[in-house]
Amino acid sequence: MDREPVRVARARLPRLDPVSGPNTDYDPVEVTPLKPEEVEAARDAALAAIAAAADLAELKQVRIEHTGDRSPLALANREIGALPPQARKEAGQRIGQARGAVNQALAARQEVLEAEHEERMLVEETVDVTLPTDRVPTGARHPLTTGAELISDIFVAMGWEVAEGPVIEAEWLNFDALNLGPDHPARTMQDTFWTEPAENHLVLRTHTSPVQARTMLSRQPPIYVVCPGRVFRTDEYDATHSPVFHQVEGLAIDEGITMAHLKGTLDHFAARMFGDGINTRFRPSYFPFTEPSAEVDLVCFVCRGSGEVDGAPCRTCRGEGWIEWGGCGVVNPRVLRACGVDPERYTGFAFGMGIDRTLMFRHGIEDLRALFEGDTRFTTAFGTEL
Amino acid sequence: MKAPVSWIREYVDLPAGVTTDELTARLTALGLKLEGIHSAGADITGPLVVGRVLTVEPEPQKNGKTINWCSVDVGAANGTGEPQGIVCGAHNFAPGDLVVVILPGGVLPGNFQISARKTYGHLSAGMICSARELGLGEDHDGIIVLPADAGQPGDDAFEVLGLREEVIEFEINPDRAYALSLRGIAREAALAFGAPYRDPAARTVPEPNDLGHPVEIDDPAGCPVFVARKVTGFDPAAPTPDWMALRLQQAGMRPISLAVDVTNYVMLETGRPIHGYDAHKLTGPIRVRRAREGERLTTLDGVDRALSPEDLVVTDDSGIIGLGGVMGGETTEMSASTTNILVEAAHWDAVSMFRTGKRHKIGSEAGKRNERGVDPVITPAAADRVVELLTTYGGGTADPGVTVVGTPPAPPQITISYDLPARVTGIDIDAAATVANLEAVGCTLDKADSTLTATPPPWRPDLNDPFDLVEEVARIVGYDRVPSVLPREAAGRGLSREQRLRRRVGRTLAGAGCVEVISFPFVGDAAFDALGLPADDVRRRTVRLANPLSSEEPSYTTTLLPGLLKAGARNIGRGATGVALFETGTVAFPTDRGPAPIYGVDWRPSDDELAKLFEALPEQPLHLAVVLAGERERAGWWGSGRDAGWSDAIGLVRRLAAELGVGLEVESATRAPWHPGRCAQVRVNGVELGHAGELHPKVCQAFGLPARSAAVEIDLDLLMRHARDVTPGPEFSTYPLAKEDVALVVADGVTAAAVEAALREGAGPLLESVRLFDVYTGEQVGEGRTSLAFALRFRAPDRTLTEEETAAARDAAVALAAERTGAVQRS
Repeated sequence: MDREPVRVARARLPRLDPVSGPNTDYDPVEVTPLKPEEVEAARDAALAAIAAAADLAELKQVRIEHTGDRSPLALANREIGALPPQARKEAGQRIGQARGAVNQALAARQEVLEAEHEERMLVEETVDVTLPTDRVPTGARHPLTTGAELISDIFVAMGWEVAEGPVIEAEWLNFDALNLGPDHPARTMQDTFWTEPAENHLVLRTHTSPVQARTMLSRQPPIYVVCPGRVFRTDEYDATHSPVFHQVEGLAIDEGITMAHLKGTLDHFAARMFGDGINTRFRPSYFPFTEPSAEVDLVCFVCRGSGEVDGAPCRTCRGEGWIEWGGCGVVNPRVLRACGVDPERYTGFAFGMGIDRTLMFRHGIEDLRALFEGDTRFTTAFGTEL
Repeated sequence: MKAPVSWIREYVDLPAGVTTDELTARLTALGLKLEGIHSAGADITGPLVVGRVLTVEPEPQKNGKTINWCSVDVGAANGTGEPQGIVCGAHNFAPGDLVVVILPGGVLPGNFQISARKTYGHLSAGMICSARELGLGEDHDGIIVLPADAGQPGDDAFEVLGLREEVIEFEINPDRAYALSLRGIAREAALAFGAPYRDPAARTVPEPNDLGHPVEIDDPAGCPVFVARKVTGFDPAAPTPDWMALRLQQAGMRPISLAVDVTNYVMLETGRPIHGYDAHKLTGPIRVRRAREGERLTTLDGVDRALSPEDLVVTDDSGIIGLGGVMGGETTEMSASTTNILVEAAHWDAVSMFRTGKRHKIGSEAGKRNERGVDPVITPAAADRVVELLTTYGGGTADPGVTVVGTPPAPPQITISYDLPARVTGIDIDAAATVANLEAVGCTLDKADSTLTATPPPWRPDLNDPFDLVEEVARIVGYDRVPSVLPREAAGRGLSREQRLRRRVGRTLAGAGCVEVISFPFVGDAAFDALGLPADDVRRRTVRLANPLSSEEPSYTTTLLPGLLKAGARNIGRGATGVALFETGTVAFPTDRGPAPIYGVDWRPSDDELAKLFEALPEQPLHLAVVLAGERERAGWWGSGRDAGWSDAIGLVRRLAAELGVGLEVESATRAPWHPGRCAQVRVNGVELGHAGELHPKVCQAFGLPARSAAVEIDLDLLMRHARDVTPGPEFSTYPLAKEDVALVVADGVTAAAVEAALREGAGPLLESVRLFDVYTGEQVGEGRTSLAFALRFRAPDRTLTEEETAAARDAAVALAAERTGAVQRS
């Protein structure tokens, strides 16, 4: 920072006589510096200089010249000792008062100038706060990851647990145990990737249902688990289909479980995911692992079921008022039996939906492929939590 | 399944005023899912009328085309009764023909406005229409020529063409095979509205006799019922009646010939697939059996097929003449000269049908119904209906022979308690409602005090279990009546340790500026070659897919790097100056522990059996991979940026290990796809966790990544296994810090880690931290030597250290480093 040159008001300093020698005769001796008018003049000169000091550097100079060892008042102070005792008191008082006034003025001026100085410094340090700040790029987690976490958390808050299993799965667990026997027509609904050789009976799981089977096989009810995960079907890759996608399924097995509990759970899930008041409806459907089975529709969370937004058909639900969300039903007792759960004692419900699809309509993602391209512009938009 | 509304209404008296939307809404609520409502000609606005061509004057044009200047009688439809002058480019008609005319003021599909306009020197007042112009099909060989009896000039052509009639398309679930027929759909409509229903399959059929074509069934389980009827003297040139052709088209089938159309029509009507043989081509009795190894058949579609001993075949003395229930053979196919028709209506075992269809990849309308289950009881009625239609429209006579072999399989009996529907659905359904609704779907009930036993109707082979009955009752009562109740609160254990750790890993990497990607786990040799993996690299041994989407990527991946590097290159290609990506995902390594067993489903497999099942699966560890390419820190007004390099990659693994409280060992290593001099193997307790460092220049080039891109791939399962569960609260001293910096000169090849470890050990307990803050090579230290400058920080837990204590600790540290590594302190 540039500093202004120091200017000191030397011209107004009184001329000083040489210091007097010790007073030996103890008579009141008139010493020039102790004359009241001299003291006053020195004081006034000091005060004027202090007032005139424009910055801290000038004030420092003023302090040296008017209160330093060789300043008139300091010299006068030293002369006090030379006075006869009876005269010391008065002179001391006079000089003390003068010095006090000067010091006080100095301190006051110091404070003012410091404040001014700080203010000026702050002004001078002003930056352009609109400059870019993105020195280190931002990271993000994938919305499919954070979406699965969001769903998991909704269920964990209800006391459920999150179950997981392998993606390359035994055929028996992916199909047979779920009442999809080798000749079940529904197997043609599932376009399955098989590992080589096919006689090894291993598949890329076509749904996360084998995780449900694994859970039932490994423990006794009550069971309340939600199973998010990656699944595979031999679909061609386009804006709405992918051979790799993600599902979340839920399974509750307990005494006295009914379809009403299924409805209650899905309504709660829908409300937590899409907002209060968003609930579900059931349509009869068919899945081998559930009976009765239903398709689940969600009240459109954009038009709230009216099918219209600003007089035009709602784009999210295509004017239907409902969005197809997934499938569900009461667990088929055959599945319970194959998995070692007593169907006489327990009933259960299961549901499943696509996480990818759920995110697509929740966030208005037009092309499914955006989820798998790895373009950071897409992913960073979602941050680290959904 | 497409069902014209008028056809549905033929069998059910729907209440007056029921709209198609109401009908589909009720049917959807019953489980017949609406796919769409079609209405041919819905986008045509009149006047569309029948016209009779009076005169046709061909006029050759300069452009080589010939147009026809026609006068057409449209009756009073044009308001004058005078013939209408119309220019027409088609030539497939002659004076006297009935045609379809759209008059000025009409609009054809595509908002094609018709007006009287001057063309080819005439004022053409309207247009003679082709099927394509009306949106009725792709046929544009010429205009539509109506049958001579189609109507009178001036008649409304919408009615004549069956336009604007609504056709409902349903998506039929596999369990509701009965709804693959108008008989079934109308039954559901009757159920939906409580309306009277007439069963089209309820008809009086002639008694079976011995006069018919002989039929023998060798496999009654595969073919429980076989009905054969014959029509003789059939006129193969007889046209299909318009109403039948229209309905077939509305249902999505193409009219072919009367004989074929009748079999298709009856299939749509009753759900029972029918096969017709040219009776002249049959030799000897018909026999149904399983095929023998090595037998072949050329089916109607001209494909020569090797048969399996599981296939059901129809034979005569000439050999195999059909793949039973799936597709007929060429040799007995009906043709344009067929006058005697043998009608086959047979009931087939659904599982056999499914297997044969799948084995031979035949997906026919007949197969679709046969493999899902058809009403076995109506087999004679369906055959009789075919005979009726053939003789009515084809002019033949019904042969008196009626062959019926076998009996329909007995339906199951299902016993439930009256309150089961209520207990399963949570809806308040009383015993009376249970009984009424089961009867409504056609069950015969035997009602005891506490239970009822239901015999499902023959058209419902899907009803086998108590819960099947529950669904029937529930869908009629209405799924909208299921209450919404939360289950009791479960005492869950929260997220598992691994689930929490995975979130922590993701957050740590995102916090370090990395973006997560999810890529497909499919891989092929090209990617392994691009990574420079040696021929014997374990990552080249993959779990292969039997039916990969692409033969280029036939395997489940063993490494996440290919997908990640491609995603990195994609970002760079799209203009990113730098990219940091990570992925966590499953990889798979084959274990070759034999096939996974297939167990029964009637009871739980034993623990040993399950262990065998789990053991057959490949190893599927969770991996973590990172790619860092281009700018890691951006250039800007603050100064220059910084590109990612090997240290960023290793740094990320260190950061992750620190986050999880895992002690990490880093050693130099050589491994593809990394730069041989800039690759670290990272280990935990001496076990390899993975690798990190700069990618080999050839790999960067192969993937289109910037030079010096860096990458990481580690076994995340292994890292998480070592994660610290409970972090002990650290203790630290608040006494003053004593600082000592030392510069040590070492020979090349001595690692910083070795020097640091020696310093750490030598300094003793007073040492708080060691940090390498400078590395120098150059003249001042001499050729082949490096100077490493370390900042040592000392502090005692209980006192201020004296200069002597600090110096002594420093000297001890330097002394041990000298002893261990040959380090010499720079003066």
